[in-house]
Amino acid sequence: MSDEYDNNKSYQAQSSEVMDGSTGSVNPDIDYVRPSEVGEQELYHPHSFIEKWVFCQDAKVIGVQYFLTAVFTGVVGLILSWLMRLQLGFPELAGFMTAEHYYQFVTMHGMIMVVYFLTALFLGGFGNYLIPLMVGARDMVFPYVNMLSFWMFFVAVAVLMASFFVPGGPTGAGWTLYPPQTILEGTPGAGMGILLMLISLSLFVIGFTMGGLNYMITILQARTRGMTLMRMPLTVWGIFTATVLAMLAFPALLVSAIMMTLDKVLQTSFFMPTILKAGEVLEYGGGSPILFQHLFWFFGHPEVYIVALPAFGIVSDLISVHARKNIFGYRMMVWAIVGIGALSFFVWAHHMYVSGMNPWFGFFFATTTLIIAVPTAMKVYNWILTLWRGNIRINVVMLWCLGFIVTFVNGGITGIFLGNVSVDVPLSDTYFVIAHFHMVMGIAPLMVIMGAVYHWFPLVAGKMLDEGLGKWHFWITFLGAYSIYFPMHYLGFIGVPRRYFEMYDSPYMTSAVGMNEFISIAAFIVGAAQFILILNIIKTLKTGKKAEQNPWKANSLEWYTSTVPPEHGNFGDRLPVVHRWPYDFSVPGAKEDYIPQTTAPSEVIHTEVEKT
Amino acid sequence: MSEPKIDGFELKPGFKGMASDTASDQTMFKGVHWGKAMMWIFLLSDTFVFSCFLISYMKGRGSTPVEWPNPSEVFALEAFGVPVPLLLIALMTFVLITSSGTMAIAVKYGYEKNRKMCGWLLLATALGGLTFVGMQAYEWSKLIHEGVRPWENPFGAAQFGSFFFMITGFHGFHVSIGVIFLFIYTYKVFAGHYEKGKKGWFTKLKGDYVEIEILGLYWHFVDLVWVFIFAFFYLW
Repeated sequence: MSDEYDNNKSYQAQSSEVMDGSTGSVNPDIDYVRPSEVGEQELYHPHSFIEKWVFCQDAKVIGVQYFLTAVFTGVVGLILSWLMRLQLGFPELAGFMTAEHYYQFVTMHGMIMVVYFLTALFLGGFGNYLIPLMVGARDMVFPYVNMLSFWMFFVAVAVLMASFFVPGGPTGAGWTLYPPQTILEGTPGAGMGILLMLISLSLFVIGFTMGGLNYMITILQARTRGMTLMRMPLTVWGIFTATVLAMLAFPALLVSAIMMTLDKVLQTSFFMPTILKAGEVLEYGGGSPILFQHLFWFFGHPEVYIVALPAFGIVSDLISVHARKNIFGYRMMVWAIVGIGALSFFVWAHHMYVSGMNPWFGFFFATTTLIIAVPTAMKVYNWILTLWRGNIRINVVMLWCLGFIVTFVNGGITGIFLGNVSVDVPLSDTYFVIAHFHMVMGIAPLMVIMGAVYHWFPLVAGKMLDEGLGKWHFWITFLGAYSIYFPMHYLGFIGVPRRYFEMYDSPYMTSAVGMNEFISIAAFIVGAAQFILILNIIKTLKTGKKAEQNPWKANSLEWYTSTVPPEHGNFGDRLPVVHRWPYDFSVPGAKEDYIPQTTAPSEVIHTEVEKT
Repeated sequence: MSEPKIDGFELKPGFKGMASDTASDQTMFKGVHWGKAMMWIFLLSDTFVFSCFLISYMKGRGSTPVEWPNPSEVFALEAFGVPVPLLLIALMTFVLITSSGTMAIAVKYGYEKNRKMCGWLLLATALGGLTFVGMQAYEWSKLIHEGVRPWENPFGAAQFGSFFFMITGFHGFHVSIGVIFLFIYTYKVFAGHYEKGKKGWFTKLKGDYVEIEILGLYWHFVDLVWVFIFAFFYLW
């Protein structure tokens, strides 16, 4: 690639720049970006419909495929939650549902939402679409492996869905799949159901590993000229760190799935202690159920951050763009993401305070858990300080971002309750826990996803989503989500246990019945409101307003592609050259309130930009 | 391996170099092939898989109520009428480590574009791996013959059989995958695919001798894992 790139453009920009007595002199030294050290990427262009839309190697198409598949599983998870709420709020209407069904719905809802919906959506969907565009690459570095990654995920989803139709139905052991009851007779789906679940999880891990390697190497080794790590949008940082976590955490899930499959199929006793059943000793003996809990949560806790970190990253970018202000404390934000990621490997046993492990262990894990609150709080302060005195545009994207901050702070504070052993023990396995994690890793990341969909839809489809429908969607979801989860904190305080099919004649009933009905009605409405988005997308694709290039006046590279929507190869003949971070908004002295990453320093010589 | 040279970028040694590479644009690992970086990161992930297996094994062995069998008795082999502890395992280890050596020399000849030597050494490596898998199959069948099963074990704790078959099986699976790829790349090297610039069967992209080094990284890793399995399973 030649060094003269951009010269024409920079003269043009120079003349449009308002400068007192400008002679338009270009200083070549300050614009110097060293020549390319990465050769031009060899791309395989599709030759047929199938290669273009089905077995496609273009990361953008793969991203959309991931997104749609994940949304499909998400809708299944949503319907399951409706059925659960129907039973809890109006058991007389849910006569078709047995306790077994209920446990199966709880299990599948949890697993689908955490793994197959949120993880796949953030890393597979947004990761694939945005990483190559944002770092200025033509595609992921291993497009073929990337394609395999999606199809492996697709098969994993198919296997998971198949478990609804096998004899005995899907597993009903709770999404944590704790042995020994998971694979023992009497638990719903202890036959084929659990087997398919374990196979599906293993396939997911294999597929994700293929994708994750792509994301990491693309970010580390295939950035464009001038794109340093500290000039990457925080979205990329969030997805990158989450991918690192996934590469190190999923092995524990894979190993526990393999061991439990062997326990199930070959009657080994990795996790199975000696068990008396109806006075008879079972074949099992000598294994350790706690070992499974350690393996599972060594995966499970980083998994929380695999979902949360991309959300942190994306929301930082959205807030910065729509508040027309640079992100407050960019470096602090980066280190907070990395720090949270590193700490997340040392907190897993806070999910196991009541498992009977050594109390000193709990003390250690409570300490590390509370330490995580420090970088997390720093991030929240920085979001708020980014908004502070910003030129905030209250559009749909910004509404979702503000909704995220509120729900995330709310869920984070209840996390501090639950991180302390002595507070956690009475609250364990109550609705307080449900409220906490749905707020912090359900609703909050979902708000970011919605904001991101409204933000990037013009890039993906070239049309603007309808703002009016978007506002309805936001307000129903936001207020509705609070109506669902806020009362659950109270239910938890009075001790209503989670995962119970029915309360029978327990004393909780008197005060919980009305509240359960209220929560259920809110859940039906919020669930239905999500279809507004689907309606909005269909409507926009048919009759929507055509989006101009870069409708939000953002700086990052994905908005500066040769065509909108970007084609295979992303940037046309020449890759962009980056001169600055993506957060130069409202820079004093600049003509526009944004300076794209590709703008050379000599073009904006009279502005007060910071050196990044 | 060639010394990377980057235009307009000074490669410094030590931590200073690491810091300046990290702070630079375009790449973090200067001059490192994408595939090579990918393999390193994959191996890091795979290390976590094997670590989880081995830690689970330690926990299982530590907490079983029945006594753990003595590995040097279980894995003894009769040679000239004398039971020699770990004889077969020692041979297996020797073969696998030797194949690591031939692999390393194959990489060297690959970079020197010495097609023939590279191919023969890859073939030797593949045969070494195949011998290893064969001896493992023999060991498995011997134990099964003696009554060891994943779910029971006449010598003591049932978990002995469970962990043995699972961990050596998972490692053997890695070796087998490696052997398959070694044979494929032996063919590719002998057929001169890299010289002709022939495109890959699946990826439709051109290859390079760096692929031999990437395969080598995997192969050395599989050997290294075996050393740990050897230490924790057979010597403990």
